[in-house]
Amino acid sequence: MDIGAVLAKYRDKPGGLIEAYHAIQKELNYIPREAVLEAARVFGVSEAQAYGVATFYSYLSVEKRGKYIIRMCESAPCHVAGADEVLKALEDTLGIKVGQTTPDGKFTLELTECVGQCQETPVITINSVPYPNMSPDKIASVLAQCT
Amino acid sequence: MIRLTINGREVEVPRGSTLLEACQMHGIEIPTLCYDPDLRLAGSCRMCIVECQNRPLYLAACVAPAEEGMVIETHSPGIIEARKVILELLAARHDFSCQTCDKNGDCKFQDYCYEYGIKESRFQDGGRHIYTVDDPNPFLERDYNKCIMCTRCVRACEEITVARAINVEHRGHHAKIATAFDGYLEDSPCVFCGQCIMVCPTGALTSKVSAGKGRAFEVDRVLTTCTYCGTGCTLELNVKDDRVVGVSSNRDENWSPVNKGALCVKGRFGWDFINSPDRLTTPLIKENGEFREASWDEALDLVARRLQEVKDQYGPDSLAFFSSARVTNEENYLAQKFTRAVLGTNNVDHCARL
Amino acid sequence: MAQEYRIVLANAGKIDPASLDDYLNAGGYKSLEKARAMAPKEVIELVRNSKLRGRGGAGFNAGMKWGFVPESAPVTYVVCNLDEGEPGTYKDRTIVENDPHLLLEGMAICAHAIRSKQGYIYCRGEYPYVVEHLNRAIAQAKQRGVLGDFDIEVRMGGGAYVCGEETALIESIEGHRGEPRFKPPFPGVAGLWGKPTVVNNVETFANLPAIIKNGAEWFASIGSPSYPGTKVFTLTGDVVNRRAFEVPTNTTIRELIFDLGGGIPNGKRFKAVQIGGTSGAFIPEHLLDTPLDFDSMRNAGVTLGTGAVFVMDETRDIVDVVTRIAKFFEHESCGKCNPCREGTFRSYELMKKINAGQATPDDVQKLTTLSKVMTKACLCGLGQAAPTPILTTLEHFRDDYQRRLLAAIS
Repeated sequence: MDIGAVLAKYRDKPGGLIEAYHAIQKELNYIPREAVLEAARVFGVSEAQAYGVATFYSYLSVEKRGKYIIRMCESAPCHVAGADEVLKALEDTLGIKVGQTTPDGKFTLELTECVGQCQETPVITINSVPYPNMSPDKIASVLAQCT
Repeated sequence: MIRLTINGREVEVPRGSTLLEACQMHGIEIPTLCYDPDLRLAGSCRMCIVECQNRPLYLAACVAPAEEGMVIETHSPGIIEARKVILELLAARHDFSCQTCDKNGDCKFQDYCYEYGIKESRFQDGGRHIYTVDDPNPFLERDYNKCIMCTRCVRACEEITVARAINVEHRGHHAKIATAFDGYLEDSPCVFCGQCIMVCPTGALTSKVSAGKGRAFEVDRVLTTCTYCGTGCTLELNVKDDRVVGVSSNRDENWSPVNKGALCVKGRFGWDFINSPDRLTTPLIKENGEFREASWDEALDLVARRLQEVKDQYGPDSLAFFSSARVTNEENYLAQKFTRAVLGTNNVDHCARL
Repeated sequence: MAQEYRIVLANAGKIDPASLDDYLNAGGYKSLEKARAMAPKEVIELVRNSKLRGRGGAGFNAGMKWGFVPESAPVTYVVCNLDEGEPGTYKDRTIVENDPHLLLEGMAICAHAIRSKQGYIYCRGEYPYVVEHLNRAIAQAKQRGVLGDFDIEVRMGGGAYVCGEETALIESIEGHRGEPRFKPPFPGVAGLWGKPTVVNNVETFANLPAIIKNGAEWFASIGSPSYPGTKVFTLTGDVVNRRAFEVPTNTTIRELIFDLGGGIPNGKRFKAVQIGGTSGAFIPEHLLDTPLDFDSMRNAGVTLGTGAVFVMDETRDIVDVVTRIAKFFEHESCGKCNPCREGTFRSYELMKKINAGQATPDDVQKLTTLSKVMTKACLCGLGQAAPTPILTTLEHFRDDYQRRLLAAIS
């Protein structure tokens, strides 16, 4: 992926730094170091500020992540609907803890706050696609869709 | 002018004043941590909160405009309680090692904890995050265990020095002042000017060069002009037991009109030569290829006599005067005056022109 | 029996949201035409007289807010807040997914009133599919020319609840960390890139076409007089019908939960409802007959907020839920101001201690003192509202805390 080319698309957009980060992350699932440094140059902000922005937003990551980012919503409505059980099942199935990536680089497991699908709790998202009404027994079939 | 009531007293202030300015104009002390008159306002430490009649929320005096008819209380029981809680919250994340801190006695946070009676914090059950103190640069000690997140360093770096080496990274309780990727200062655009030390209200940022050599209450501050270049920055030499142990900023515009306290790495940290045994402390006269120590009177007499002889024998234009960038503007002025008026030549120049 | 009354969801399920023609056939963009035939001042006056108040939580009169924009300002912006970060809230998504052009038309009406040429929709990062949906609608509208010279761009948030605060939202559009600014200056005077800016919630904008079409008096006569119109509520938790309902604002909480919501499932009894999102108050049974308008709720000591309705049955552990909520605020505090950055962190610590059965009444006292200071001293609404669940549960569900403590609360 040509980071410079992606950033260039947003260069003339006022305040386009975050949009550019989203675009990079859409391709790579994270924002590599060189992208932060290049973004600072392109958008005329300091490297420290570009890094400060990248680390402020919980959906942006400066750490390498897997192909599929699974987020378990743990906000109150999902919490009472059994988010803890679903999370435990995810950890057991994937063999990783929250914040980790599977050794094959396929899955990263994260916690998230509300994803706005509270009509069918608990909810997980995989690469931002919501999977509502989750329960531990559904996990295997949902993960099987990730190829 | 607008009129408002502060602590039961009716006062007048110019339109456009903040409540903090209004209080300062009328001798009312308001505690501040993030406020710095030379930096963009943050309004974030909330120490300067005051109570305003008919407003449900406390107002941060540093950013709240004074308005006609306001009724303000700066030290109501509610405000005192709130300031105490804020100080305790900060105390809970702060390394209270005042006894061995270089900023002991010169620390706004310590002053307010003293004033508000904060001996310990109610909120430290869960402990605090321990930051490693590890930045190998020779000048700046960064101890974020003492940081209270006022962000004055970030703003000073951005607005005074324009190095933009540091910023706030992450968010919430995990927020921290850092360079890009939380690295060392020497790998960042930092120029080690130490403006961050100048504005830091705690012991989070201190000078490694002065560490352990003398605290504010132990030193005399001697106002002088930096000799490193012709800019003529004002600084204060910190003197303890007749030895220079550090440099501090004088931010008063009347005393420090050139730099308002801002310095560069040389001015702030490059003072150890003053006490160096290698330093010349008397004039030397060369006789038979060897230097010998001489008194100032003897040396100046010799120079005066020889200059006069050269001038008499070969004319004034046989003389030239080279001055140095490492003396003050005033001294450079005197140098050219001496050259033109006393020596009688226009052969005067300066190393900074090369 | 309480019934739905649909203004902003009037087209929901009736038109194809992907079709501009459907929207036009349902009378869409007629109100914009009508507004454009009026002087900007008249539009502001009409909206002010309709008493439409902001649907994002603060409940400020929308027309009055627009009136702060100086008439002489050469550049102004219209910003739509689609950050919808309050857990339990999905009303803005519901509106936009069902009727995206309604939002665009509402924004264009506002743009005419404040003479703006550029609008932004700040959509939360959790809704990338909504961003795509909106971008398609904007492209259609531009192609058809219905928006005239008003342009709208969608910006995506990055997972920061605080960006629902209007000045943090503005900072984020500018490409910065989403830290709120101090006010004044208010966005109406100095907002996006320092220019006068109106920031309104999706639901607020979505009410405008109907107000322009039917007039201020029509709107002002619906629901409660001081907060007229309808409100979209999203039901979640222990309630039979978990979906969005649009009701007149004089509907009571009880009617919403038991009539429309179908009550508590599995024959269980009601215990509490948290209204307005995770920063909202926990409401006990004896307040259920409070009408769902801003002032009635405030007079009852609770908040209307965004319209999330999180119902808990008798089996729910209030202290555990509030502990979870405290973690939310610890995670979402931006870290700018001291009382919020440190306060949310320490509140969570204390709640964990209480939840684990290790706390003393002294800890509850500390938590109460801290919470009260935060409500008054924090820089923005996040920190000011974060203690609400703690304070309201300590008030209404004190026994739940008592059972967890090592000694009695004095």
